[in-house]
Amino acid sequence: MAPERCPKSAQASLELYFLENRARLLEIAAFLDRIDRCDGAADARADFRYNTFIKALHLLFESGPQRTKAIQLSFSDPTLEPIASAEGLRAHGAWEGGLK
Amino acid sequence: MKVIDPHIHMSSRTTDDYMKLALGGIHTVSEPAFWPGYNRAGVASFHDYYNLLTITEPARAARFGIRHYCWIGLNSKEAEDRQLSEEVLAIIPQYLDRPTVLGLGEIGLNKNSVNEIRALESQLNLAAERNDLILIHTPHLEDKLKGTRIIMEIIRNDKRIQPDRVLIDHAEEHTISEIKAHGFWYGLTLYPDSKGSPQRAVDAIEIYGSDRICINSSADWSVSDPQATLKTANEMRRRGHPEELIHRIFYENPKAFLSQCPKFQG
Ligand SMILES: [Zn+2]
Repeated sequence: MAPERCPKSAQASLELYFLENRARLLEIAAFLDRIDRCDGAADARADFRYNTFIKALHLLFESGPQRTKAIQLSFSDPTLEPIASAEGLRAHGAWEGGLK
Repeated sequence: MKVIDPHIHMSSRTTDDYMKLALGGIHTVSEPAFWPGYNRAGVASFHDYYNLLTITEPARAARFGIRHYCWIGLNSKEAEDRQLSEEVLAIIPQYLDRPTVLGLGEIGLNKNSVNEIRALESQLNLAAERNDLILIHTPHLEDKLKGTRIIMEIIRNDKRIQPDRVLIDHAEEHTISEIKAHGFWYGLTLYPDSKGSPQRAVDAIEIYGSDRICINSSADWSVSDPQATLKTANEMRRRGHPEELIHRIFYENPKAFLSQCPKFQG
């Protein structure tokens, strides 16, 4: 089925959403600064979640008009093989294998 | 404004939340059976839960003029315990013919394990035998893409199941187009941290169109919002989308999917 056209112009969307997204960008910057500032920064920066996050930030610029999908895919396990047991496992929000 | 929330766990919410739904125009809800935040000790707890969903909640909702429907199933998180899982699967059929039960749900995968798949296949088989509607839970976060693909493959291999009688829930930007391409309905869940926001849900409508989409709050015992559907409708209004489209997304679409079960009155 046909997409539903956004009734707002790009300029109007910029106007409507600029401030809230400027704030989100500052939250991300502060999050990365906090990791740098706290004890054990090197360990945190070696964590796979940190590295998938940095990779996703690069995708903001490199992935063209489907940034959201590209970032979702970069955090996803693309394999299809079931795991033997889910006992004690939880979701982390990032897939370690994506960094290899 | 009339809204149906097709996925909300009212048994985890306060009675005040029923009042909020009613005041916001949400007069029909459907509640899938799910994981209560802890693993249940035995099959008796599931009897209690299915009675809660089919007797207590419809009565609690009715006090506010809200119609409460539900789905019966074994969630994937508790499917890892094989013995309990088999005991629960054995009692499910006795609840499916109750007057407010719409079908099997939410069934699906959590971490994409062998035991989860076994419980899912067993319940899909039951739904296929009975020609019941199916509400699918897809995994969270990094496991979603894989789980969604495994689930769709299993369902597509069972020719008794028509894809338009299946709603695949908690879809996101990286799973929507595959779900739609296979002819399933899909659900977008508005969950502050782990799933989508009103803005992204409206983006999805603009990108993928308004057919076969149901938007839900999935409000439960965790960080969630029973008024999330209303906030998303308001986001559409803020962008200038017509009321007719808003009505289609939040009322006509869920009604069309759920009405495939003859027990449902919109
Ligand atoms: Zn749910």
